[in-house]
Amino acid sequence: MENQTYNYAIVRSFVTWSVIWGLVAVLVGVIVSFQMINPDLNFPPYFTFGRLRPIHTNAGIYGWAVGVIFATFLYMVQRLCKVPLWSDKLAKFQLWFFNITIIASAVTLLLGYTTSKEYHEMEWPIDVMIVILWVAFAINIIMTIMKRKDEQMYISLWYMMASIIGVAILFLVNSAAEPVSLFKSYSAYAGTNDANVEWWFGHNAVAMALTAPPLAMFYYFLPKSTGVPIYSHRLSIIAFWSLIFMYLWTGAHHLLWTPVPDWIQTLAMGFSIMLIAPSWGSVFNGYLSMSGQWHQMRENYLVKYLILGITFYGLQTLQGPMQAIRTFSAFIHYTDWVPAHIHMGTMGWVSMIAFASLYFLIPRIYGREVYSIPLANLQFWLILVGQLIWSISLWVAGVLQAGMWNAMNNDGSLTYTFMETMVEMYPYWWARAFGGLIYLAGLLVFIYNLYMTVNGGKPAVAQTATLEGRA
Amino acid sequence: MWEKKPVLLLVMATGAILVGTIITMILPFAWVNTEADRIEGVTPYTALQQEGRDLYIREGCNNCHTQTVRPLVSDVLRYGEYSKSGEFVYDRPFLWGSKRTGPDLARLGGKYPDSWHYKHMDSPRTMVPKTNMPDYGWIAKNQLDPQMIQRKMETLGFPFTADEIKALAGKTEMDAMVAYLQKLGSDIPWRNTAKTEIVGELINPYAGISHEEMEGWEEIYEDNCSACHGEHMEGVIGPELDGSNYEDNELFEIIFNGIPDGGMPSFSSLGTDKVWKLTNFIKDYSRDEDHH
Repeated sequence: MENQTYNYAIVRSFVTWSVIWGLVAVLVGVIVSFQMINPDLNFPPYFTFGRLRPIHTNAGIYGWAVGVIFATFLYMVQRLCKVPLWSDKLAKFQLWFFNITIIASAVTLLLGYTTSKEYHEMEWPIDVMIVILWVAFAINIIMTIMKRKDEQMYISLWYMMASIIGVAILFLVNSAAEPVSLFKSYSAYAGTNDANVEWWFGHNAVAMALTAPPLAMFYYFLPKSTGVPIYSHRLSIIAFWSLIFMYLWTGAHHLLWTPVPDWIQTLAMGFSIMLIAPSWGSVFNGYLSMSGQWHQMRENYLVKYLILGITFYGLQTLQGPMQAIRTFSAFIHYTDWVPAHIHMGTMGWVSMIAFASLYFLIPRIYGREVYSIPLANLQFWLILVGQLIWSISLWVAGVLQAGMWNAMNNDGSLTYTFMETMVEMYPYWWARAFGGLIYLAGLLVFIYNLYMTVNGGKPAVAQTATLEGRA
Repeated sequence: MWEKKPVLLLVMATGAILVGTIITMILPFAWVNTEADRIEGVTPYTALQQEGRDLYIREGCNNCHTQTVRPLVSDVLRYGEYSKSGEFVYDRPFLWGSKRTGPDLARLGGKYPDSWHYKHMDSPRTMVPKTNMPDYGWIAKNQLDPQMIQRKMETLGFPFTADEIKALAGKTEMDAMVAYLQKLGSDIPWRNTAKTEIVGELINPYAGISHEEMEGWEEIYEDNCSACHGEHMEGVIGPELDGSNYEDNELFEIIFNGIPDGGMPSFSSLGTDKVWKLTNFIKDYSRDEDHH
């Protein structure tokens, strides 16, 4: 009976809209990947690479990732607190305001209204909208937690709260600007200060929006999917606190060898390497939770998505610190290696966990069995192969380009001009675009599967197989 | 304890987040952009340059171009003197970027003549055949809005004169863009100090080489010279080279060091061998009467 009081309607809406914005993000991604190969595919003034690329990144972060965060957090908070949402009306407002904000972002970016600050390109009126949206979301989550029935808060709730407070601090500080008009403002900070603030934001947006929330999902949906609890509670406590403490020191690893003071760069480098420990704390916690359960990798597609997702998290958090070392950064920074790194995180880690979470939610919020598990498996392979082609081709490209940039003749001059290095990238850019297309195909399979589930899937059998307890 | 008290958890999480934030993000304000950072000669943008900068932002140029030269051998050889904090004190926002799909632009100012930029922005592939940079000729059709630009200068607190604003009328976005690109990194006189002093006698290693032995050298000319001097050395932006009559070492020095005030970039980054090949190729072509 209690189930009926949970607000699942709002979760359904956020699932739908997050998937729509996810499709936009991937579609625009594929378009800009072809623009990089052929400049004739730019259609000024609106449809140029310079204007579309921020739409790709922001649709991915604010539309897809934040959309999934809204869907899963609103679900998890009710289940983990064993109470309905604090305010259904506020949640409804959040849904509409979310879509208005994303549409307004896309339109203004197309029109060229941009601050240029990466992952924060939207101009100040949209910043205000995002703040309102986040506050509405935060109030609902925190108030629901306040009136929870279980006194003890599960791991996922810690990550959710850290994410809510972290995103708020980061976004507010980096937004500071002096408006000239409705669509133009100047950053409150100048030059080196602005760079340092921006990458403190940029890197920790990854922490607070693309790391803590997927971890909240992972810690909830993995035990739910396997039916066995997380291996170590103590390990999750250590990993949580050290993660959110250490992340904030590392932003300047995006600015190695720039005019940012050396000591900030050195701190960033040191803390980046230390971050391997809490990151792998969660990876190990996931792996060890599987002991005796590895057969589920074969039998349960949800587990396959989740374990591959946490594996990419593990790889991402080894590769990231490696890039944060001065000597390696000197070689690889500014090349195509870096987007390959980012896309392993977004396509591999964040989206794998997101798809698993949505597949888990669908039967529960729609009351219907997932339409086709073979299709879910097909999607798994498409997005895995698509992402690997994407990342591996650009890792190779990045090493090649870095090598050519640094190559020197016997007389101490450079071997290659910039253009000679750039033309070598074209074959790899083709491979990347191809990988993107495969990934897009995987996403379309997901959308078809979701559509067929909602419109004519079999009614779900009672979910007695899974634990309804805390985990 | 904290696992049962959400408010306590929120406070503790905020504290954990703020430690690193205060030390690595807030504390640096005490050192950066202070008197110690100041560099003489670094000036605010003029109205036209600032508008160009805003257009650079509007078109998202920072998605493909960085604006910071690192103190690394290959960066300094390729782009010029490494970037200093004091050079960016008027940059709101900073435009250092994160990806070099195209080359770094921090030291672009003064590298090429204005005419090179107008032509290159209009149609990059006529200058650099295999580039993937889109055409930006369309911005030459857009007129500037002097009133808006004045408001921007007031917001930024940059000095400007009424005449300067008046002069913006009739100018296009392309004019602003080129003015901005020509300012980049040129506030410090790095080009003079970066110039390589050639000591000792220059000896042409390919002296007396025959026309047939120069096979393949034409490519070096096409990649680096033909955009400005023409496919047949007839002269386009740069002067005609056909029929020119330089001494070996004279021509070598011009190509190697460029003519900083004349719009001729330095090609020292090609290395002495390629510059000698170019020297001989150009001289051979000029001597050869057949193609006239």
